[in-house]
Amino acid sequence: MAIRTEGAVISTSTPAVELAGITKRFPGVVANRDISLSVQQGHVHAVVGENGAGKSTLMKILYGMQRPDEGEIRVNGTSVTFKSPSDAIAVGIGMVHQHFMLADNLTVLENVILGSEPRVGGVAIDFGAARGRIKQISDSYGLGVDPDAMVEDLGVGARQRVEILKVLYRGARILILDEPTAVLVPQEVEELFENLRGLVSEGLTIIFISHKLDEVLSVADAVTVIRRGTTVAEVSPRDVTARQLAELMVGSELPSPETRESTVTDEVAFSVRDLTVRAPDGRVLVEGVGFDIHRGEVLGIAGVEGNGQAELVEAVMGMREAEGRLLLGEEDISAWPTLRRREAGIGYIPEDRHRHGLLLEAPLWENRILGHQTQKPNVKGPWIDRAGARKDTRRIVEEYDVRTPGIDVDAAALSGGNQQKLIVGREMSGEPVLLIASHPTRGVDVGAQAAIWDHLRAARAAGLAVLLISADLDELIGLSDTLKVILRGRLVADVDPAAVTPELLGSAMTGAGEAA
Amino acid sequence: MSGGTARSPEAGSTFMDRLTGRVRLGGLLALAAPVLAIVFAGLITAVVLLVTGAPPVETLGVMVDYGVQPRPLTLALNLASGYYLSALAVAIGFRMNLFNIGVDGQYRLAALIAAAVGGAITLPAPLHVAAILLVAVLVGAGWASIAAVLKVRRGVSEVISTIMLNAIATALGSWLLNKDRFAVEVAGSNNIGTQPLGPSAQVPGIPLIPGTPLKVDGLIILAAVMGLLYYVVLNRTRFGFDLRATGRSEPAAVASGVNVKRMVLITMIMSGAVAGLAGMPNLLGESYSYSLNFPPGLGFTGIAIALLGRNNPVGIAFGALLWAFLDTSSNILQIHDISPEIVEIMKGAIVLSVIVAYELVHRYQIAAGQRRVSRELSGGPTVQAEGASA
Repeated sequence: MAIRTEGAVISTSTPAVELAGITKRFPGVVANRDISLSVQQGHVHAVVGENGAGKSTLMKILYGMQRPDEGEIRVNGTSVTFKSPSDAIAVGIGMVHQHFMLADNLTVLENVILGSEPRVGGVAIDFGAARGRIKQISDSYGLGVDPDAMVEDLGVGARQRVEILKVLYRGARILILDEPTAVLVPQEVEELFENLRGLVSEGLTIIFISHKLDEVLSVADAVTVIRRGTTVAEVSPRDVTARQLAELMVGSELPSPETRESTVTDEVAFSVRDLTVRAPDGRVLVEGVGFDIHRGEVLGIAGVEGNGQAELVEAVMGMREAEGRLLLGEEDISAWPTLRRREAGIGYIPEDRHRHGLLLEAPLWENRILGHQTQKPNVKGPWIDRAGARKDTRRIVEEYDVRTPGIDVDAAALSGGNQQKLIVGREMSGEPVLLIASHPTRGVDVGAQAAIWDHLRAARAAGLAVLLISADLDELIGLSDTLKVILRGRLVADVDPAAVTPELLGSAMTGAGEAA
Repeated sequence: MSGGTARSPEAGSTFMDRLTGRVRLGGLLALAAPVLAIVFAGLITAVVLLVTGAPPVETLGVMVDYGVQPRPLTLALNLASGYYLSALAVAIGFRMNLFNIGVDGQYRLAALIAAAVGGAITLPAPLHVAAILLVAVLVGAGWASIAAVLKVRRGVSEVISTIMLNAIATALGSWLLNKDRFAVEVAGSNNIGTQPLGPSAQVPGIPLIPGTPLKVDGLIILAAVMGLLYYVVLNRTRFGFDLRATGRSEPAAVASGVNVKRMVLITMIMSGAVAGLAGMPNLLGESYSYSLNFPPGLGFTGIAIALLGRNNPVGIAFGALLWAFLDTSSNILQIHDISPEIVEIMKGAIVLSVIVAYELVHRYQIAAGQRRVSRELSGGPTVQAEGASA
């Protein structure tokens, strides 16, 4: 797919970016050790690795957000030192962050020029010139962005193209894309890859960070694997399979999300009837949702993010007002506050662990208490049972393989995967009857992902009912016994997880095709 | 130039690494911050003294010499009990990200009404004192509850409402402290105050410091007990856990089942209740009446001290003592023709430098914690730093 053959590129041109011996001891959980990376001009160069392997630290170094303790960065053959991202931008490096940084209530044009407005006479903004340049960039790279559209009207894929355009507008010739496909459905991913191919054919260089290996193999011209903070291999995508690549990443055999035999019973553990959630301004976010989850069943909800999943979960947890009936076993819990629902045996793995799942600046054992502050072994009457909570935290750390030097370190010090394992362990404590798992393996590495899947499967076999919400279609298909699709707040389709492919599911999620 | 800048953070971090390796985090670092801040504030004060033409070292010497004598020391302890209670009241709110700026109005109103009630009734000694304390607690809590209800029901920022309630408390206080209502003329002056408390309501002093007839207010014990209670409730109870969790992350607290509105209500009322006690050491130990001379501004002092003491009961105690010491020892300055206001500049400088210092230490601690975890997980520090950079 690359225009030039690899050998020719290496012999004729200097690398666009070269990192040599980069070491960083601050502040990553896994420091970068002696990293070497050479990115050829006009390549899509993928950097893959587990979460916590040091990819983000490395990219922050390359974008000037952090300074390496040792090592050298060369851009187009010249050694550079970045004090801040503006230095990186000055030599033509741009970064597209995983989370978009766009103002919804401004137009594309306004968003793009924000912070680097072209001036007329030193005061007024030269919108004409800006519009011209944006059109020109958009056309020459085939981005298809309308400068006068409001960002709030754009879909996720279009927003991402605006982010890319923003970086190009600032003169970037080397683009860093941090997990760009995390928020996209398969069709949008394909569009993004078309755009990326367009960009490199114009001579731009792209550094593509991902842990979705199929995508990496389909778009990259070269792949560098990072494991435990150092570069372990540089391979050509033509020479490896996704499985080999994954094994390089993890350094061991691989898990798969497939559940084997069904453990679904005919005892309903949790049912939802006519659940409707409204925004404060009256907009309907979730409309007339109803389903049953049986003991031993995983009910998966598939959907593009922002179609009411988060609101559905918050309504089930009692964190958001809703109409409709929620039955846990025989009991109507619709009017119960969050605490009572938790006491009744609802475990909750929140979508955003930093916001809802942890007290980042509190030690692990205090985080063990969070959400279970009325339950044994954390309390005795009105008193916190320190000894009990600490002992049980040690149990979780052991059973769930939370990698930490102790239970007195702050939660912020752990890597994402280990934080998540702690949360999973905590929510599985006290024999829950229903587990709400919202993106349970988002942003965690392959090893932690496998461990979390194992725990979910084991709990399911023991009779736990699970409501699974995920953006990872493989995870949804692999773990779910029943799969429903949510679109604009409504359950629009039932899908048989045994028969569906990620592509079919993806089109059902966008409302494009009629699902099986 | 570029080589120098590239190496400096490395040198800095290895120095810090060594520092962390030896020193247990939290303990010593948490102490280092205020000590450094006070030294820095001392430097600022010295500059101000120099500018105004006073010799800095001698001035501080004079203050310390005077301040450690028995009489000023006793006065400082008495001041400190009120400061301590006021700062505790502020700290209760701070732990939950609630800014109770209204401690000032709460304690003044509480002291006035408690003094009026105490002067009007007669009871056996312990009951009389208990009744006055109870009234003070109820008034403080009641006044604070207005702000709490406004916040919970209407979403009014407690900062705004408590500031306005302070102004209202001042007006209400002067209306109540009138000869038509609570006030009587203080004998031998044109001051007015509430009916003086009878002997059964007077808490005997403690002759803690020899060499002076002055005694330390008996209610200093109340301050200490409240400090202990503060620690126990916040750190050892479910309620305290909920409170701290809400302060650290409100979304996480909501997800964990904490009823945040209820917590706001209770915390604000508790803060007001403790605020109500702030005027009691003075009322029951020294003045026995709420007059126009009753010490003002304890509430604002409390904010500064709570910041200084980092909401820690022991830290607050040190802060209260330091503040009281500065206040009493400033009295000597006038005799030496130095403006005693210099002490106010010093206090301001201390608070500002303490906040900056704590913020720096705090950020450093988080980063150091992450480093420590990664180091311990990767099996000891990598010793390849030497030579590689050369």
